Amino acid sequence: MATINLNINGKSQVVDVDPKTPLLWVLREHLNLVGTKYGCGIAQCGACTVHLEGNAVRSCSVPVSTVSNKKITTIEGLSENGDHPVQKAWLEHDVSQCGYCQTGQIMSAVALLKSNPAPTDAQIETAMSGNICRCGTYLRIKDAIRSVNTQR
Amino acid sequence: MLAGGGLMISFSGLGKLVSSENIDLKNVADEWNEITGYIKITPDNIIKILNPNPEFGQNVMTSLPMIVAEELDVDWKKVIVEMGPHDNVKLGPQFTGGSNSVRMYWKPLREAGAAARQMLRDAAAQTWSVPVDEVTTKAGLLYHEKSGKSGTYGEFASKAAANPIPKGIKLKDVKSFNVVGSSSRNVEGSKIVTGKPLFGIDSKVDGMLIAMIEHPPAFGKKLKSFDASETLKMPGIKDVFTIKLYEDGFEQGGFDTRTFNDLLVVVGNTTWEVMSARKKLKVTWEQITESKETVAGFRGKTEVVIPAELETTSAQLAKMVEFAKKPAQQLRRDGDPETAFAKAAQVLERTYTAPFLAHNCMEPMNFFAHVTDEKALFIGPHQAPGWIEPTLSKVLNMPADKIEIQMTRMGGGFGLRAYGHYMTEAALISRKMKAPIKLVYSREDDMTYGIYRPMYTATYRAALDANKNLIAFHVKGGGIPEHPIHANRFPAGAVDNYLAEGWAIPSNITIGAFRAPRSNFNAAAEQSFLDELAETMGKDPIDLRLELLKRAKENPVGKNNEYDADRYAGVLKFVREKSGWNNSESKKYSRGVAAYFCHNSYAAHVVDVVKKDGQPYVEQVFSAIDCGVVINPDAAVNMVQGAVVDGIGNALYGGLTHKDGAPEQNNFNRYRMIRHKEAPKKIDVSFVKSDTDPTGLGEPPFPPVFAAVANALYKATGKRYYDQPFGKHVEINSPRM
Repeated sequence: MATINLNINGKSQVVDVDPKTPLLWVLREHLNLVGTKYGCGIAQCGACTVHLEGNAVRSCSVPVSTVSNKKITTIEGLSENGDHPVQKAWLEHDVSQCGYCQTGQIMSAVALLKSNPAPTDAQIETAMSGNICRCGTYLRIKDAIRSVNTQR
Repeated sequence: MLAGGGLMISFSGLGKLVSSENIDLKNVADEWNEITGYIKITPDNIIKILNPNPEFGQNVMTSLPMIVAEELDVDWKKVIVEMGPHDNVKLGPQFTGGSNSVRMYWKPLREAGAAARQMLRDAAAQTWSVPVDEVTTKAGLLYHEKSGKSGTYGEFASKAAANPIPKGIKLKDVKSFNVVGSSSRNVEGSKIVTGKPLFGIDSKVDGMLIAMIEHPPAFGKKLKSFDASETLKMPGIKDVFTIKLYEDGFEQGGFDTRTFNDLLVVVGNTTWEVMSARKKLKVTWEQITESKETVAGFRGKTEVVIPAELETTSAQLAKMVEFAKKPAQQLRRDGDPETAFAKAAQVLERTYTAPFLAHNCMEPMNFFAHVTDEKALFIGPHQAPGWIEPTLSKVLNMPADKIEIQMTRMGGGFGLRAYGHYMTEAALISRKMKAPIKLVYSREDDMTYGIYRPMYTATYRAALDANKNLIAFHVKGGGIPEHPIHANRFPAGAVDNYLAEGWAIPSNITIGAFRAPRSNFNAAAEQSFLDELAETMGKDPIDLRLELLKRAKENPVGKNNEYDADRYAGVLKFVREKSGWNNSESKKYSRGVAAYFCHNSYAAHVVDVVKKDGQPYVEQVFSAIDCGVVINPDAAVNMVQGAVVDGIGNALYGGLTHKDGAPEQNNFNRYRMIRHKEAPKKIDVSFVKSDTDPTGLGEPPFPPVFAAVANALYKATGKRYYDQPFGKHVEINSPRM
């Protein structure tokens, strides 16, 4: 066990865990931030996507000891009132079916738009292809991302 | 001209969306007057509607309350929707499966809304001392025009709630609907996009422990012995023990399906600690011996043989070839098929196969249980808790009224979550630990547990006379461990000489419902065969189907034909029109068509394939659906688009194979799922406008996708695709990331 200082959603947090514990489980079970989802545990599905220093990472495959004091943003920290433009676009396009993967999809989309505010369809497809949606809402996800782009 | 003579209307884009999420519950008085089991109203006229049915992404949290709101006559934007308690007496059957949610609740929810409205009118009429017939309603308000009196539902809710629920209240004319038939946003949309704890796996209470199960690594194996000494030394680990899911001789219900009975359980403080500690287990497994089980399903008791063999996919395929040659169970016979085949000028015969499919719900199986001597609380994702409750009652030896089940939003279900083994497992683990526990399956546990879509095959034969007329049709289908055949579906009823047969090979690999069970294979095979048959006969594939459907309508063969030929033809004509089937624009695509009837609804797709980087890619799809009244049009479009993507994904990539009983895929690095870049660019969905009572929608659009893809691939590559997944025979779409 080790004491690790974390900077999550702009807040300092201290956890006492096995340093190898993936960030995903620290978020979900030690900090009660359950919007980040477990899907595969091997960085294949994207359900656990969070931002590390602004970049999308799969939190299931990031040992918590490697992110001490680095800036981490989860879905809960994306906006104060659920009104980030990407969250609003998701609602506007009524994207969700079961909804389980959507927080990860949103975190990937936000990271994409930050680095590339006007992505082409091909760039959206490539950037989002690490996030599986079992319900098959891919077309609406793409429409939602496009709409954020055109609003700018 | 078109099905039912009704107008056809196409829903596209977003339409007008409304939301019921804009009410701040903090300022609402906590005085709810319950009117019928489904409606609660405060004196401040805040209206709450309970959704009775489990939500797994089919959007019943929104569509079912819309039906209540329609008859209740309230402003949908001001309605609060809440998941109802599990209470089959008060809230009906409460199961999600067979595309039944809207179909089975359509009448009861309309009646509940109409009865509540009547109770409110009665209460107002009594208070105002006016005839009830003169009391009208509009959007949550009551009026008496002559006296000029008016009031809110809330003002009369307490009085109305005290009266008995009237029966036989006249329902609204479908044509006058304004909530049903208008697009409404998912009532849980905001909670989903902000990551609120909606799912079973998000459950947490003080003192809760995490449990995981180490199940055998292969079907046909069981636990022999284990050494947990290293595991128990790992941080956070509370206990390691075995449980027996069912005692010897336990008579299983139809949805108690379980794959492994002796389970090795690791319990600890956190999921990661338990996952890590599991790796230190030293377990010896041994092969099972052949056994028999009695299962009491909806169709009575059946005895199931569980063979001991460690199965391998190549051997399974060889065995299917062998069984296909043996005599099989006759399921339907019309005319004299043997004679017709004997005198045929030409016989077309083709064999199709499909692999086991894992459901791969994004939220792995899990359940919270807290069992004490007095009562049991369960919280989690299940499609039909009422089917499992009797089992929990038996296993725990506890009356059902001491068992409370809270239904959470499900991260997918697709049929798998109709089976309750993990609820029973959670119950036994909690009882043993004398603590609240959450049982969590890892992705690997989830994918290798079984309850798969069965492995199927079918051989189709068609006999043509010298003029290329279809004179006989024969399907012989089998599978591991069940056959897929629906004997009374199209083209039964359209051919004079018809034979359907089925056979099955027992297996220790467990199976279960998977989005449109059996139909998902039958449609793939039959609709591919009809495409090849049309080509052999020199006919357009839509024309051939329409000719057969005309025959089935005008002069049907046999009596027990499940489908309505008019509605079936309706979706084919509709998709022909919407896709511009033979127009010049369509020439740039390799096009395939398929249609199917299941779960009381009709679906047809035209799939357009192009070459992208030299490889075939499904670029666009046109879908036409007849499911009667559409409750929530934009959400219905979403569901059909999802079914199309799901169908393409499973047709091209889906499949679980085995070696010596062990699944060869246990996570998404080996089990290929369709991804963003492989999804079509456009899926154009149209619904037949209809006043017919609503039927299924979650499943019907799924099965015909497979065949439409196969038929389009044939146009693109010149090769027919008989064996799923088609992606193993041709490099399809872009390579995975």
